[in-house]
Amino acid sequence: MIKYTESHEWLDADGTDVTVGITDFAAEELGEIVFIELPEVGAEVEAGTEVVVIESVKAASEIMAPVSGTVTAVNEELVDNPGLVNEDAKGTWFFRMTVADDAALDSFLDEDAYRARTGA
Amino acid sequence: MPSPQTTPLHSLHAELGAKFVEFAGWEMPVQFSGVMPEHLHTRSHASLFDVSHMGQVIVRPESGDLRDAGLALESLIPANLVDLPEGRQRYGLFTDAQGGVLDDLMVSNHGDRYLVVVNAARAEHDLAWMRAMTGVTVELRTDRALVALQGPGAEAALATLIPVVTDMRFMDSRPLAWEGLDVWVSRSGYTGEDGYEISVPADVAKRFAEALLAVDGVLPAGLGARDSLRLEAGMPLYGHDLDTTVTPAQGGLGWSVPKVRRAGGAREGGFPGADVVLPELQDGPARMRRGLRPEGRAPIREGVRLFADETAAEPIGVVTSGTYGPSVGHPVAMGPLPSGVGDTVFAELRGRRVPVAVVDLPFITPSYKR
Repeated sequence: MIKYTESHEWLDADGTDVTVGITDFAAEELGEIVFIELPEVGAEVEAGTEVVVIESVKAASEIMAPVSGTVTAVNEELVDNPGLVNEDAKGTWFFRMTVADDAALDSFLDEDAYRARTGA
Repeated sequence: MPSPQTTPLHSLHAELGAKFVEFAGWEMPVQFSGVMPEHLHTRSHASLFDVSHMGQVIVRPESGDLRDAGLALESLIPANLVDLPEGRQRYGLFTDAQGGVLDDLMVSNHGDRYLVVVNAARAEHDLAWMRAMTGVTVELRTDRALVALQGPGAEAALATLIPVVTDMRFMDSRPLAWEGLDVWVSRSGYTGEDGYEISVPADVAKRFAEALLAVDGVLPAGLGARDSLRLEAGMPLYGHDLDTTVTPAQGGLGWSVPKVRRAGGAREGGFPGADVVLPELQDGPARMRRGLRPEGRAPIREGVRLFADETAAEPIGVVTSGTYGPSVGHPVAMGPLPSGVGDTVFAELRGRRVPVAVVDLPFITPSYKR
């Protein structure tokens, strides 16, 4: 099930496993991405803290951890080829994490609600 | 907050799908297709930039003798304007009594008058500053638009409208005609590429821009690409790399102060802050604007602090502008550093010290037609 955050990340949840990326809207707003810094696998992250740094030609941005949990995998491909995000933001993941409680995801937006927010 | 001013090309930008941003009190296009494609297109083909927000100022001698206006301008600008030939343009600086840079500008000799082009954010200040000159009239031309056509395709594209521009070389500046209208063309720009800056009457600006955009290979570009292009070309941006805390020598702009205005020259000094500026040009500045190339792919942007080594507590400088350089394929930045600094400094980026090579500017080799 795909959920969305107010800050334009997509969350693909499978039980307590969550894969995180940014939306097409976010990628479009950022412009050409030139640098991505990923968290370390095994890192314990708290909801609302910075886990990914994204630099585009235009500006620096970040992904905050949507929920608290443990990083289980990162998409190393993005380090050498950050432009993949611009090519297909929806299909390009940044990191995976496990959450203690999958109910934590209930509060995020579903696709219709997210589309309504971005006017897409 | 007053609503921003718009240029004569605003409606054209909107039709072309521009994203707008407020800059120096103007609503300007920051990008059309995207900063990176516009940047790369400028270096490979040609891009049209709207720079109508810049101040176009005409300075005329009351005596009718242009030399008098040249001397008046030289009382504010440490450049050789008296000997600037008709049809030529020169870069210069307004300095304050402490030798700090008040603005940077272009001056052209158009025969019976000088054209002075100043930064948008400083136009009001500069106008008041210039109106203190005696023996000249100073007129801000708000009835004109200014566009920059930049890139290797610029000459062929502009020649389709004004064939004689092929005869011009870098820093030529001439009043010319397009369809019987008065256009002022200089072969110059802010990208490191060959190209032109063209002043046109406001009421025909849209038609002129559309005629250029109709030429194969010419696309619109915004302020975003203008910034990354000028950074790669090593050019300072007033309000960021230059301000009143920076002297000409510290700004790396000592080359704009010619011998004739320096110690021992025929028209030595005679501009605000000469007692600071001239000795510093002779002895060398204590700090100077340098090129910065961080290791890796992460840009270092304005405000990032620079340290001599990985552990030093006190910074030795701050980045004044920086971004990713699409043509060079790595981050580019500039900032003032003490003279005698080593080849490597360290930028503090998100709590870590990143090695940064201190390099000479520019990052690209300019392709001016000299």
